[in-house]
Amino acid sequence: MKTLPKEKRYETLSYLPPLTDQQVAKQIEYMLEQGFIPAVEFEEDPSPADHHWTLWKLPLFSANSSQEVLNEVRECRQEYPNSYVRVIGFDNIKQCQTMSFIVYKPGMSRY
Amino acid sequence: MVQAKSAPGFKAGVQDYRLTYYTPDYTPKDTDLLACFRMTPQPGVPPEEAGAAVAAESSTGTWTTVWTDNLTDLDRYKGRCYEVEAVPGEDNQYFCFVAYPLDLFEEGSVTNILTSLVGNVFGFKALRALRLEDLRIPVALLKTFQGPPHGIVVERDKLNKYGRPLLGCTIKPKLGLSAKNYGRAVYECLRGGLDFTKDDENINSQPFMRWRDRFLFVQEAIEKAQAETNEIKGHYLNVTAATCEEMLKRAEFAKEIGTPIIMHDFITGGFTANTTLARWCRDNGVLLHIHRAMHAVIDRQRNHGIHFRVLAKCLRMSGGDHLHSGTVVGKLEGERGITMGFVDLMREDYVEEDRSRGIFFTQDWASMPGTMPVASGGIHVWHMPALVEIFGDDSCLQFGGGTLGHPWGNAPGATANRVALEACVQARNEGRSLAREGNDVIREACRWSPELKAACELWKEIKFEFEAMDTL
Repeated sequence: MKTLPKEKRYETLSYLPPLTDQQVAKQIEYMLEQGFIPAVEFEEDPSPADHHWTLWKLPLFSANSSQEVLNEVRECRQEYPNSYVRVIGFDNIKQCQTMSFIVYKPGMSRY
Repeated sequence: MVQAKSAPGFKAGVQDYRLTYYTPDYTPKDTDLLACFRMTPQPGVPPEEAGAAVAAESSTGTWTTVWTDNLTDLDRYKGRCYEVEAVPGEDNQYFCFVAYPLDLFEEGSVTNILTSLVGNVFGFKALRALRLEDLRIPVALLKTFQGPPHGIVVERDKLNKYGRPLLGCTIKPKLGLSAKNYGRAVYECLRGGLDFTKDDENINSQPFMRWRDRFLFVQEAIEKAQAETNEIKGHYLNVTAATCEEMLKRAEFAKEIGTPIIMHDFITGGFTANTTLARWCRDNGVLLHIHRAMHAVIDRQRNHGIHFRVLAKCLRMSGGDHLHSGTVVGKLEGERGITMGFVDLMREDYVEEDRSRGIFFTQDWASMPGTMPVASGGIHVWHMPALVEIFGDDSCLQFGGGTLGHPWGNAPGATANRVALEACVQARNEGRSLAREGNDVIREACRWSPELKAACELWKEIKFEFEAMDTL
């Protein structure tokens, strides 16, 4: 028997082991296949009440490969090494956000 | 076609409904409310006559002629039975389609619609049994209803949870816990990774735990779990009460202490109370979870009562952000296609007629917000791949025994479910088939999650083999 340790989480996919580059790429590919618009968000000390993290540049309206999104994640991380970074997805037909998952936690050796 | 023209004189006598209310040439108007009944006439009663009687008894008809009929324009108000067809594979059962003019109904009142449609007619002597199978609510009438206080999209935005089903759990034992012990059970579940916990439907305000004490301890548990996990948490605080005043008093208190979601039982509480609460919830920014105690009394018999898809449609109009809708895979089996038919009616904006899924009419919801289906009852981690596959992201999966029954307790039980859920979502997004590889996905996650491994060892032997009750 084990006591569950106290741990901060960051919503969808944060209960899995840290995603590898390849795994992140697959989630982004799914997002693009669904026709969602990817975007990158970052925040240094997010609280559950922070619905909006700061947007990295603009949503990638014309992205058609996961690599383009990954490049932005990498750039965002380099510029804000102390911030959490997540990839989100918008559906402009349903007119709402549809996806969000964490790709970088400060202190992690990989994302 | 028989035209019902008010006769110049008054002739007393028993009504022959067939002449007036059976109109096979009638083409329903876009503004008519349409209903499909499954009729079982008494022996010797022709189906057209029974259909006419249903149309009459659920609209303007009375058994005998009255002189004041002649002061009204019957053509403008009568229900019309416009089609009768035999139910395939059944002896002496007929689908009867009735069109009701818009003016028969008060705006924004589910109570009024049901009082008309399923009032006296269900005790009518010429019928052995009668079941209301489906309704088509015209857009003109639909637009007079507020509907769900927030709907699926707004709920996700408020909770900041995307791209996966939500996870919940009903706190057990359902009766007897003190408010403080109850709060502890809530905290342990939420810190383990559930999004919501839930009051059982019969938890209202009993001697062992009064409502106000429960609300305060539960809210403390929510806030503690939220601070610890950094995720938004909630608990469906049941505000169902003996009177509307008491219900609203409890709702006001729930809002005051900052809780995100409350709960109501819409059938036992009644549609008038439910609509009142749904309007209050929109005005006050509180989400509304709806339980369905008593539904099986009404919807279980195949030949008599009201199908749940009608109750679900009525709830969407009356207002609710969540509604229990069965699991398909758990102990309370429903036929999959039929269940997914009414799940679509709860959450989609436009649903096409599809008899194979029990949908008799195309329904345009005219941008009314969607209600999130809640799958609850007898499910555990091994059901997760099927649940994600069947219900998709816009659903709330509730594991009661499947969380609290974990050998290490509530928090590890919650983590096991959350890990199983996220492993399934990840695999689905990567293009793997959950139907074929679901068990592999769960087993792979067991390798790194001891909580999930313990759950999988406990529950793998459980099997569910009840036969589905609900087929067409």
